[in-house]
Amino acid sequence: MDAERITEKFNILADAAKYDVSCASSGSKRKNENKGLGNASNGICHSYTEDGRCVSLLKILLTNHCIFDCAYCVSRKSNDIQRAAFTVQEVVDLTINFYRRNYIEGLFLSSGIFKDADFTMERLVRVAKKLRLEHNFHGYIHLKSIPGASDELMNEAGLYADRLSVNLEMPTEAGLKLLAPDKSHQDMIKPMGYLKNAIIQHAEEKKLFKKAPMFAPAGQSTQVIIGATPEDDNQILHSANYFYKNFKLRRVYYSGYVPVLEDSRLPALNTSVPMVRENRLYQADWLMRNYGFHVSEIVNTSQPHLDLDIDPKLSWAIRNMQEFPVDVNKADLKMILRVPGIGVLSAQKIVSARKFGRLNWEQLKKIGVSVNRAKYFITCNSMEFERRDLTGNAIKQFILATSHSKYIKNVHTQLNLF
Amino acid sequence: MTTLIYDGTFEGLLTAVFEIYAHKLGAVKLHQGEVINGALFDEKLQVVTDEARANRVLKALKLKISSIGVQRLYAAHLGEIPGEDNNLLGFIRYAIDSDQNIEEDYGNKYVMRVSQVVRMMRREKHRMEAFIRFQKLQDGCFYAGIEPDFNVLPLLIRHFKSRYADQKWMIYDLRRKYGIYYDLHDTQFINLDFSGGGRQADVIAAYTEDEGMYQHLWKNYFNSVNIASRKNTKLHVRHIPKRYWKHLTEKI
Repeated sequence: MDAERITEKFNILADAAKYDVSCASSGSKRKNENKGLGNASNGICHSYTEDGRCVSLLKILLTNHCIFDCAYCVSRKSNDIQRAAFTVQEVVDLTINFYRRNYIEGLFLSSGIFKDADFTMERLVRVAKKLRLEHNFHGYIHLKSIPGASDELMNEAGLYADRLSVNLEMPTEAGLKLLAPDKSHQDMIKPMGYLKNAIIQHAEEKKLFKKAPMFAPAGQSTQVIIGATPEDDNQILHSANYFYKNFKLRRVYYSGYVPVLEDSRLPALNTSVPMVRENRLYQADWLMRNYGFHVSEIVNTSQPHLDLDIDPKLSWAIRNMQEFPVDVNKADLKMILRVPGIGVLSAQKIVSARKFGRLNWEQLKKIGVSVNRAKYFITCNSMEFERRDLTGNAIKQFILATSHSKYIKNVHTQLNLF
Repeated sequence: MTTLIYDGTFEGLLTAVFEIYAHKLGAVKLHQGEVINGALFDEKLQVVTDEARANRVLKALKLKISSIGVQRLYAAHLGEIPGEDNNLLGFIRYAIDSDQNIEEDYGNKYVMRVSQVVRMMRREKHRMEAFIRFQKLQDGCFYAGIEPDFNVLPLLIRHFKSRYADQKWMIYDLRRKYGIYYDLHDTQFINLDFSGGGRQADVIAAYTEDEGMYQHLWKNYFNSVNIASRKNTKLHVRHIPKRYWKHLTEKI
């Protein structure tokens, strides 16, 4: 390989790929076979960038040549930037050599659309196929499904990749129309629907025949850009919920819009990245997936935005004071999970530990409960508990007064975004 | 209060448990290493590590807790964290004295502490699985030097063996001065003599031809995936504490 040329291409194509936020390398169960290279089971973050995000996969574009002109994208056709393209072999060599040095868990390959959807998808699939069949590579592979690609190609992609994803880009169809006039919502949904059915079918076969091939064992994910169009959190989370329910997605990623281009349809270049809002959306997403909350408990038409100054769980609790206080020594796991200051692990520990005896504040603290928060919402084996009949608002003030949000300095600029 | 003096091994710890029950001791304290002179302790007992006695305790323990529980205890012991042996001892005694399995009794201070220590160990192990950076040497072997907070090297074998089955590799704990080497078939513990000095320079001199290029590409990649407008140094350092930087290709 010509080191200089490779470095140049590499810089262009890694730079353009960084706005894809997904970096998960978990959820697969690919084993190392025949003394090959690698495995993919529980994800590892091998490094962290200076903005604090994890680096788990080699995330690159095959090319940044693109026939589309989406307003929010650096690689859009009308943007005057350097273009480059990798050959299939170059991507394979980079992946293998990075993997052998333990830099990465695998490859996340995306691409600008050159020529047409099938042509692009075919190249992506070829990289994955070569890695699997010629190099006996069992590390993680995440391929982008190109909207509009044929079912045959999607099927082949599923056989070699661990995860596939289509970026919805905008939370609603109207938002997409505005910023990406060349893309059709229907084209994006189609491969998702095909993959959902194929994944279910292969999983069934796998149950019956151990030797049946794996098909996208880490499932599908998607990404929406937030803050580029005026959708509220209610719309965003309901649309995420729709995709979790109907397409069995493993994850929806929320990417705070980073202003990279001047366009009258977009927030101005000096707008700050909506990091707090992004963080709150992820918290809400977690509540939906791991804490048993229904999306409309978190946001609804009368509560269309997530609080920026407190997390959505606390926010739900102070709106529903009639549910509290909860006796941690009696309540069922489902209810304990809803207490602010108690996470999934602590909740499980509480339920295990209370079989041996009733728990007090000291023990709860040791178990990992954030007592400062939880004390307003629970009782335990102690004569001390919150006796005042506090309103939700008063509790919020108490908690805010004793905690320092790492984002607090950003909140002001966030509030007047629109 | 009786002070038990033992050799710091897991078998030694189990033998100490045996002595406690044999002598019907109440409050005890463990001390590793040589016998201490002086009236500092009212009573002392020298524990002589004995495989048969250790095995009897292990057998008794296995009747009370799950085999995973025993493994967790062993992992916690491997950490060699000063003072933690007293908590392990507390855990073992509590387990043996109870009628039921107490592994999940997180209200008990020993159970909670062992669970925390196991978590610390698991975290360090996971960090090593993430932060190890192999450098390819001329003989085709991939070498990595590490300095983990705790002694986690033995816990790393399985992960690296099942991942890098088709390449020779060596991971060396520079602080504890031993390593593991995989020769395409099996792993073995090794000791290297670095007395020649200038070991990092020696490693660099032994690089394969393209090692420099891939390190360079990786550093480039690391810098170009960063989004400058989202800079968050505090978070960055929390994820990769500075003490790990000197062995991370992208941070050197």
